[in-house]
Parts: sequence; structure tokens; C-alpha cells
Amino acid sequence: MANITTTREGAGGTLTARALREGFYAGVVSLGLFFLFVGLETTQNIRNELVLNQRWGLLAVFVLVAAVGRFLTVAYIRPWFAARKAAAAARAGTARPEGFLKRNFVVLAVVALIVYPILAVAIFGVQGSLKWVDNFGIQILIYVMLAWGLNIVVGLAGLLDLGYVAFYAVGAYSYALLSQYFGFSFWLLLPLAGILAAFWGVILGFPVLRLKGDYLAIVTLAFGEIIRLVLINWTDVTKGTFGISGIPKASVFGIWSFDVGAPNNFAKVFELPMSSAYYKIFLFYLVLALALLTAYVTVRLRRMPVGRAWEALREDEIACRSLGINTVTTKLTAFATGAMFGGFAGSFFAVRQGFVSPESFVFLESAIILSIVVLGGMGSLVGIAVAAVLMIGGTELLREMQFLKQVFGADFTPELYRMLIFGLAMVIVMVWKPRGFVGSREPTAFLKERKTVSGSFTKEGHG
Amino acid sequence: MAPEMNTMKNDPILKVEHLSMRFGGLMAINDFSFEAQRGEITALIGPNGAGKTTVFNCVTGFYKPTMGMISMTQKSGKTFLLERMADFEITKDARVARTFQNIRLFTGLTVLENLLVAQHNTLMRASGYTFLGLFGLPAYKKAEAESIELARHWLEKADLTDRADDPAGDLPYGAQRRLEIARAMCTEPEFLCLDEPAAGLNPRESLALNTLLTGIRRETGTSILLIEHDMSVVMEISDHVVVLEYGQKISDGTPDHVKNDPKVIAAYLGVEDEEVEEVIEEIEEIEEEGKH
Amino acid sequence: MEYFIQQLVNGLTLGSIYGLIAIGYTMVYGIIGMINFAHGDIFMLGGFAALIIFLVLTSVFVGLPTVLLLLLMMAAAMLTAALWNWTIEKVAYRPLRGSFRLAPLITAIGMSITLSNFVQVTQGPRNKPIPPLVSSVYNVFGISISLKQIVIVVLTTVLLTVFWYVVNKTALGRAQRATEQDRKMAALLGIDVDRTISITFIMGAGLAAVAGTMYLMYYGVVVFTDGFIPGVKAFTAAVLGGIGSLPGAVIGGLLIGLIESLWSAYFTIDYKDVATFSILAIVLIFKPSGIFGRPEVEKV
Repeated sequence: MANITTTREGAGGTLTARALREGFYAGVVSLGLFFLFVGLETTQNIRNELVLNQRWGLLAVFVLVAAVGRFLTVAYIRPWFAARKAAAAARAGTARPEGFLKRNFVVLAVVALIVYPILAVAIFGVQGSLKWVDNFGIQILIYVMLAWGLNIVVGLAGLLDLGYVAFYAVGAYSYALLSQYFGFSFWLLLPLAGILAAFWGVILGFPVLRLKGDYLAIVTLAFGEIIRLVLINWTDVTKGTFGISGIPKASVFGIWSFDVGAPNNFAKVFELPMSSAYYKIFLFYLVLALALLTAYVTVRLRRMPVGRAWEALREDEIACRSLGINTVTTKLTAFATGAMFGGFAGSFFAVRQGFVSPESFVFLESAIILSIVVLGGMGSLVGIAVAAVLMIGGTELLREMQFLKQVFGADFTPELYRMLIFGLAMVIVMVWKPRGFVGSREPTAFLKERKTVSGSFTKEGHG
Repeated sequence: MAPEMNTMKNDPILKVEHLSMRFGGLMAINDFSFEAQRGEITALIGPNGAGKTTVFNCVTGFYKPTMGMISMTQKSGKTFLLERMADFEITKDARVARTFQNIRLFTGLTVLENLLVAQHNTLMRASGYTFLGLFGLPAYKKAEAESIELARHWLEKADLTDRADDPAGDLPYGAQRRLEIARAMCTEPEFLCLDEPAAGLNPRESLALNTLLTGIRRETGTSILLIEHDMSVVMEISDHVVVLEYGQKISDGTPDHVKNDPKVIAAYLGVEDEEVEEVIEEIEEIEEEGKH
Repeated sequence: MEYFIQQLVNGLTLGSIYGLIAIGYTMVYGIIGMINFAHGDIFMLGGFAALIIFLVLTSVFVGLPTVLLLLLMMAAAMLTAALWNWTIEKVAYRPLRGSFRLAPLITAIGMSITLSNFVQVTQGPRNKPIPPLVSSVYNVFGISISLKQIVIVVLTTVLLTVFWYVVNKTALGRAQRATEQDRKMAALLGIDVDRTISITFIMGAGLAAVAGTMYLMYYGVVVFTDGFIPGVKAFTAAVLGGIGSLPGAVIGGLLIGLIESLWSAYFTIDYKDVATFSILAIVLIFKPSGIFGRPEVEKV
């Protein structure tokens, strides 16, 4: 079984043999990978010394899963995929008309989002809806909004920004600080936070925008870290790692308040039982409106000269300059517009949490937002929204999987695996679909008919 | 001084005086002067690596010349010193447009979108620098409709109307060349610089290109400067030929004058066609070595 | 003055560690043009492997000589880290080679998240302290130099010499440099490009693992998040030196180490990372190709 030449591959017997061999290799490799990390565990004993725990059974499971998984992949899954691909290729040419669902996806999605909190209340009751509206609804929509904002910079203008979270932080701290020190209301500070973030976008963007590609990426990462470190260390103003708490709640345009003691409290006015759920539902609609605003502005801007210039910049910067486009200001507007939406999202984040600290603005957040943009398909609003739902909602679901405790024992905490699964999902989706869920782009103008542009023609930018 | 062959008029749109460009130790252009007349097609020819594209890049602002002056006079009489302007300003304010030797299209945008991007500055003004356009004001809508009309005009001229909604990267090579020229024309230039527009075209595509270029001159009066290797194109459509070798001008005049100039024959034209290729390749190699 | 020299010594030690990690970044970037974001976590993984082997050895063979102990720790860390990096390249990066530029970057970020969380899940989230391995301190003209600092600097120098030899004088190094210049051409000339890239990942991981072991020995503690900050700083070092350049990576690492220790000594320790990142930004803005990088000429 050792010397199987490639010429004899394909026949059923040799395929199994090859699968067996590859499975065996996978087992050996995984033994090497996991021997130290899974086979042995470092724990502290009572005297606080490190001691080793042996877990050879678990190691055996890991190795077996790797070996069997590899065997099955080579022997069955891969041929099955190849056969399906061939069948799909044979069927190609007979284009299917787009279904009702696909044609009206955007409208249906917006309607579904609008009725979502109502449904949640109807099904789970006022108090029970909290989790669904807050943990899933608001949480996902914040990421959708952030990813749509970053999409302007990365997806449209092709500028790789690894420090987007900085603008999120600027927005959050603008609201937290200005409302604490000056008592300004949310509705005044929301636009102000956006403007401040855009302003920072221009300040940070101006010196770095002539850098290209990975250099730009690393400088934006550095700026993101600098802002976070300043937030940590400038304790007089930001209270450092303790963060700022007691951030005032937003009101419904100043008409109804959600503060418990206020005479115009929402629940009191409508003679409803006291619950924090109303505030969350209000926040849900607020973030939904903000996200839709982001989407609307993006769609509008794409059809304006500045949006077209962004996309042209992504495709070819030199050609842009030859057409009289000032690439510096074009890049700056992309940076500032993206930053502004980051700032909006940030001030929303502060009002939702009632608390901000530098912990919320680590590089990992930038990485998550960027990965949602790329996984969704750069430039595609729908793809990005789908990616946010899958990645954020999917990992959030883990918190709900308490039944796993029955399977793996009482000390099994599914939340612990959230980021591990998130990271693995990033890798798997990228390998499976390098251009993201939606790789094609919608043209912004047409003469006769609107044809989507296949992803193989679009470029990813060099800035 | 080179003899001024065209004595009919003297209204230069572009004046290049004592242009020199140095890359490290290599003198790519050495004290090069020439003029391009308004309304004419001026061809810049010379063996590969003679420095033609470098002259182009200096004229269009992509390189800053080591020495020399490049001035451009518009129809209105307004004069611009191009060597002092940024590349995008040269297109935007002086109204000089260019194409590239290795085509630079926005491959992921449709053909029409490519032409709309070229009208960026006009549309920006019409949209009140985006702010007013965001609210869908009629002024912007009108400007956008006009820009699509202009694009449609050039699509027809370039014989690309049928492909308007396809991605630019999907076009065949010859069509991409024509699209790049149409895109440059959408910036409404007074002076158009074409870097080897006929390179790699088959005879049929070459013919279509000739039609497009003469059409441009006839209808818009745009002056054209072109770099070309294809002698049939040069001799057929240009009014004035400047020959460059090793960064220096060796001849300047009408196509007939240049064709018979012994210096040019020696440097370039006197060699048989097949040999020209060889010579060109040799020079290219030398140039490449010189650059490294 | 003595204080200054003391800080120089400290900075040099720290810089050696950064330099060793930076080589992995710069080599991978040079050869396939991607930022291997997971490299910092490979460094952390190396530190953990060294820690676990240390615990195994000290519990099985009591009284093992420190030199042998350190060598075995290093060997185990190098083997494990190399195997991880080799597998990651094969599984996560190779399928994306030559595709969309952002895809490998996102995969690498995903891999970085995966690795640090894998260690968190399997080894727990707490700090892992070990008793000091090497504790002698020498006093030279009023400057205290610890033995572990000497070990780090000497070991780095030895490794870099070996490494320099491999890259510049062997067929393997030639294959690497050829692949770096033009992958297609190298393949046409009979270089096994896949193998060369694999070996590059293995070499980078080996050096990072040594750095991880040194880090464990120097600070006496390792935790699952340790990949990020040293990783980013090492990448900064690689960029500072001019990405793709091996001497640049080492010099960049030393510079970052020196900046950090001098800043902490003379200004405020709180802002030491701000100083590092600011210097990175300033260098890139004024000399984008780094100290040793060739300036990029824009081709029109």
C-alpha cells in the first residue's frame, strides 16, 4: 500500500487505499499537533504550582477524529463533491429564473426585521423577549452596521483598514464623555459622535493614505492600538480600564424617557408593567434605523460620482489619476464616511451598554468586523448582512446550547468555544469561498439591462 | 533646431523645452524639445526604450522631470506649466487626457461605468460635491443624464454600444483599447496622449482604431500626441512625426520628411521589418539592464 | 550612564526575541506576500510547548542539568511549532494561494483566533508561571547582566548565523530566494515551490518557537494571549526593517526592543506601546519601504 502511483488512482480499490494512507498520515500529524496540548493539561495545584494532568483518552479521540475524518473526506466526500460539480456543469446553460424570494429578498428582510421584536414579545412574553431582542437582534445589527461602514473603506475603496474599531471607540467615548461632562442628550450627541469620528478618520487618514496595501493595514492597526492604549492610560479623562459607567439612556426624541423615576417614563405613560424590555425594543428599532441609514447612504453614494470614484480607486488608482480624480481626497472621503458610521455605531453601543471601557475596542473587534466584510463578499450589502447573522448569531447561539451540558457533563461551558468556533469558521468559509458569500457586484448605472458583474473581474484594491 | 515643416500655421498646443529625465544614473531623456500643433496628430516614434513613454509620463504628470519646461496652451489662450502640476490636475484643469501602454481599465466596472468615472469632476460639481446630490436634486439628475448621453456618444464612436453593460474586463483586447480611448475622451480633453494604441491589435482592430482617431480629430478638434510602433498607423494618420532615440531627438517633421531622413533610416526604418523586431528586442534588453 | 547601558542591555534582550519572531513574518511575506497573522500565536504555542515539556521533564527526571533541560524544551517547542505551522500552511493557506489577496489575510486572522482559543480551551485561561530556570546575575562595571540575557543574545546570534548561512549559501536558500523573486519561473526551473514554501513556514516557526522558549525563560510566565502583542511588535519590527529583508527584521526587532526599554526607562512605561506604534507610523509615512526595503517605483 506504500507505493501507489497516481496513474492508478481513480479505481475504487486504490481510492480506498489512498484514503486509508492519508487517514493514517492525518492521524500521525494530529498526534504530533495535539500530543502536548490535548494529551497533557497544565493546572495549578493547591500550592499554586503548575502540575500536569494526563488526558490520553481525549488525545485518542482527537487523533481518531482527524484520521477518520480525513479518510472519509478522501474516500467519500471529495468524490461526491466532484460528481456533484460535474452534474452541475452538465446542467449549466439552463438558467433558472430568479425565485420570488430572491427577487424580493431585501424588502422581505426589512419587513421581517420590523416585525421581529413584536414576534419575540408575542412568543416569549415581554420579559422573555429580552434575550432575543438584545442578544441576537441588537448584537447582530450593531455588527451589520459596523461591517457596512467598514465596507465603504475596504469593500468599495479597497483600502485595507485593520483599525476600524478606533472609530467605534471614538464614537462610544464621545457619547460617554460628552453626556457625562456636559449632560448633552443622545439625539444631539449621535450626529456629533459621527462627525467627531469622521474628523478622526481624516486626521488619521491624511498621513497614511499614500501607503499601499499591507503597509496601510499595519499602520491602521497601529493607530487602532494607539487609540485604545490612550484610552487605557489617560485615566484623568477616561477613567482607564475601569471605564465609564452610568451613561444616560436615550429617550424617544425627548418625548418618552426610559429612566425609571422620570414622569414621562414610557411604561408609565402607556400604563404598561415596568420592564427593561421596552427600552431594548426601542434600541432595536434605533439600531435598525441606523443600519438602514448606513445601507441607504451606501447605495446612494455608489451611484454618485464619489462612490464610483471609490470603486474605480479599488480597481486602478493610476487610471483614476489619469482621469483627473484627486485620489487623496477620494480616499479621505471614503475613510471619513466609513469612520462616521463607525462613530454612530459607537455612540449607539455606549447608550446600549450604559458602560464603556477600552476592553470593548480591542484589535479582535476590528478583525471580526473585517472578516464579516470579507466573508460576506466585499461591497455586497446583502452578503455582509448574511455573514454577520451567521458569524455573530451562530456563535451567540452557543450560549443557548445548554443541552450540551447533558452530553459533555455539567462543567462543560459552550461559551468557552465561541471564539474557537468563530476562528475556525473564518478559515473554513474563506477556503470554501475566497470571494465571500456574494462575490458579484451590481453595476451602478446601465444603458440597456442591469447585469451583475462576476467576482472574477473585480479587484480588491492595493491601498 | 529642427526644421519647422508645417509652415501653414504656428499655434502650438504643447511645447516641450529642454526636457531631461534622469533615473538614478540613467539619463532617460536628454535635452528634448518639440512642439505639438493644435488640431494635429503628432506621433512620437523611436525604438523601444528610446524614452517615449517617459516623455509621456512627464507630460501627463506621472513623472516629475529632472529639468525642462512643458507648457500647454488651451484654445482659450490659457497656459499651464504642466511640470508644476499634479497628475490629476493636468487632466482636470489643463485638460490633457492619456491612455496607457498596458491598458488600465476598471475591469470590475461595466463599460458604461468606466465612462462615467471619467466624467468625475463634472459630475462632482453637478452633485454639489455629493452633498446636494444625496438628496436627489434635479440639477444632479440632469447632469447624470447628460453624462450618460456623452458616454453613449463615445460608445457609438468606439463601436462598443452593444457591450455597454458588460464588465470592462470581459471585452476583447481591441475593444479594451478603444474603450480606454473613449474613456479618455469622456474627460473632454483638448489634448489627448495615446501610448501605443495599436499595440497588439489585429489588422481589423487596427482599422477600427484609425477610424476612431481620425473621427476624434475631425469632430472634436482634439489635438493628439501618440506613441506608436505600427508604422502604417503613424504614416497614415499623423501630421507631424518626432523621432526619439536614446532619449534624444533625431528627427522632427512631416511623415514624408521623417521617412526619408537618413538618421531615422539608420536608427530605425532602414532595417527590414523582421529585423526591426530583433533590433527592438535588443535595445529593450539593453534598456532593461540599464534600469537595474 | 550606567542606567542607560543597563537599559540598552535590556532592550537588546527583548529585541532579540522580537527579531527571532520577525524573521518568520518577513520570510513568509517575502515568499508568498501574505501577512501571516497567526505567526505570533505560533510563538505563543512554542512557549506553551516548552512549558509543558519543562513540567514533564522536571517531574520525571529530577535534577536534570539546566542546559540539557533548556535544549530539550527548545527542541520540543521547535518540533511542535513547526508541525503546527506546516499543517496550517497546508490546510488553510495553500488552497488560497494566488487567489484574492484579502482571503489569506482573513484566513490568517481566523487561524490566529483559532490558535489562541485552542490553547485557552485546552490549557486554561490563566497565567502559567514556572520557577526561574537560570538565575545567575553578573555585575560588569556596575551594570547587572543576567545569565538569561546572555543566553538569549548569544543564542540569537548563533541562530541568525546558521540561518544566514542557510539562506545565502545553500541550495535550499537559493530555492527560497528564487521562489521569492518569481514563483512561476522558479517552478519552471524545477524548484519544488510547494516544498520550498513549506520549509519556509517550518523555519519561521522554528525560530518563533525558540523565541517562545526564551520568552518563557526570561519572564517565567506564559498565557494564551501572549501571541498578540509580541506578534504585532515583531511584525512592526519586520516592517520597520523593510519587509522581506532578513537583516532588516533583526535590526527592526532590536530597534523595537531598544525603543521600548529606553522609553519605559526615561518616560512613562504606560505609553511604551504607544511609542512603538507611533514610531512605526512615522517611519512608514516617511520611508514606506522600511530601513532595508527597496523603495517601490510606481510603474505607470
